[in-house]
Amino acid sequence: MSATVVLVLAVFGASCVESVEALTIVLAAGTTRGWRSALEGMAAALVLLAVLVGAVGVPLIHYVPIDALRVVVGALLAVLGLSWLRKAILRASGHMAKHDEDAIFAKTTASLGAATNGRARQRDGVGFTVAFKGVLLEGMEVVLIVISLGASQHKLGTAAAAAAAAVVLVSLVGLLVSRQLSEVPENTIKTVVGVMLTSFGVFWLGEGAGVRWPGSDLAIPVLIGLFALVSAAGVAAMRSLASVAPAEPASVPGETEGQPAS
Amino acid sequence: MRRAIGRGVKVFGHFWWDFLVGDTPELFAAVLAMIGIAFLLRHERMAAVVTLPVLAAVVLLGSTWRGRTRRRKEPAAGE
Repeated sequence: MSATVVLVLAVFGASCVESVEALTIVLAAGTTRGWRSALEGMAAALVLLAVLVGAVGVPLIHYVPIDALRVVVGALLAVLGLSWLRKAILRASGHMAKHDEDAIFAKTTASLGAATNGRARQRDGVGFTVAFKGVLLEGMEVVLIVISLGASQHKLGTAAAAAAAAVVLVSLVGLLVSRQLSEVPENTIKTVVGVMLTSFGVFWLGEGAGVRWPGSDLAIPVLIGLFALVSAAGVAAMRSLASVAPAEPASVPGETEGQPAS
Repeated sequence: MRRAIGRGVKVFGHFWWDFLVGDTPELFAAVLAMIGIAFLLRHERMAAVVTLPVLAAVVLLGSTWRGRTRRRKEPAAGE
């Protein structure tokens, strides 16, 4: 039960963060190159991501021994979670610039250039490609998380539904406010998700190797508490360091963050 | 056709290299070490359940420290 709740929260949170970043790129492409191409690019990428989840996730569940799967999945989640946490700590402590959706939107818009009025209603290859690539790159990490968490617990459908709910929520909010969601506390969400991914990663890695955690699934909330404390201590320690170097500018459009992405 | 397949493999390899190693090889190395330790200590329950999270925490803090010091040396390095 606790593992399922954490799974849903982790996938939903990760998907929210990546969706906010993807939305900025789609909005920039739509504003400058026309909405038709941008929305088609976004839809095509979402379909491809969904196909990937089904094509990779379902065979994993049915054909790979569960212990081997959990070691590999645990390792992937641990690498991803630690990487997200590291960046979140650096950002929260002022050693790295936070993700600035407004700056990314402005940069993408400037680099794409404005489409003519007539062109906005026609198909535009650049607008399609930018939206497709942006959504695909940001979504790839979500796919990995959905497959990893879903396959290791045999709850691929639940994980996919949580990710889809986040995409729908962010899209609806983006549609309603018609602008990039720069007010979303991305770094806080990223910290929470990073803590969850790291906890799941360490748990499944050990479980798959044959380590029996005290309390079974109940060890996950304990690990979450531990990594939350470590992250808070890390932020406090890094903040207290004297003479902080200036942080670098925000990521450029299309650039990915986590290891490969955000 | 051959060239396309080769390019696809290269892109796929690049993705996984960036994903797993990227600019934080210490995290990847630590997770590999954690796998080894988990198998070695699987019969020593308490040792395993203490060592794995502690190792992850230490590596996280160490990598974050390294990120901070590297950034001071190379402020223009994009990450």
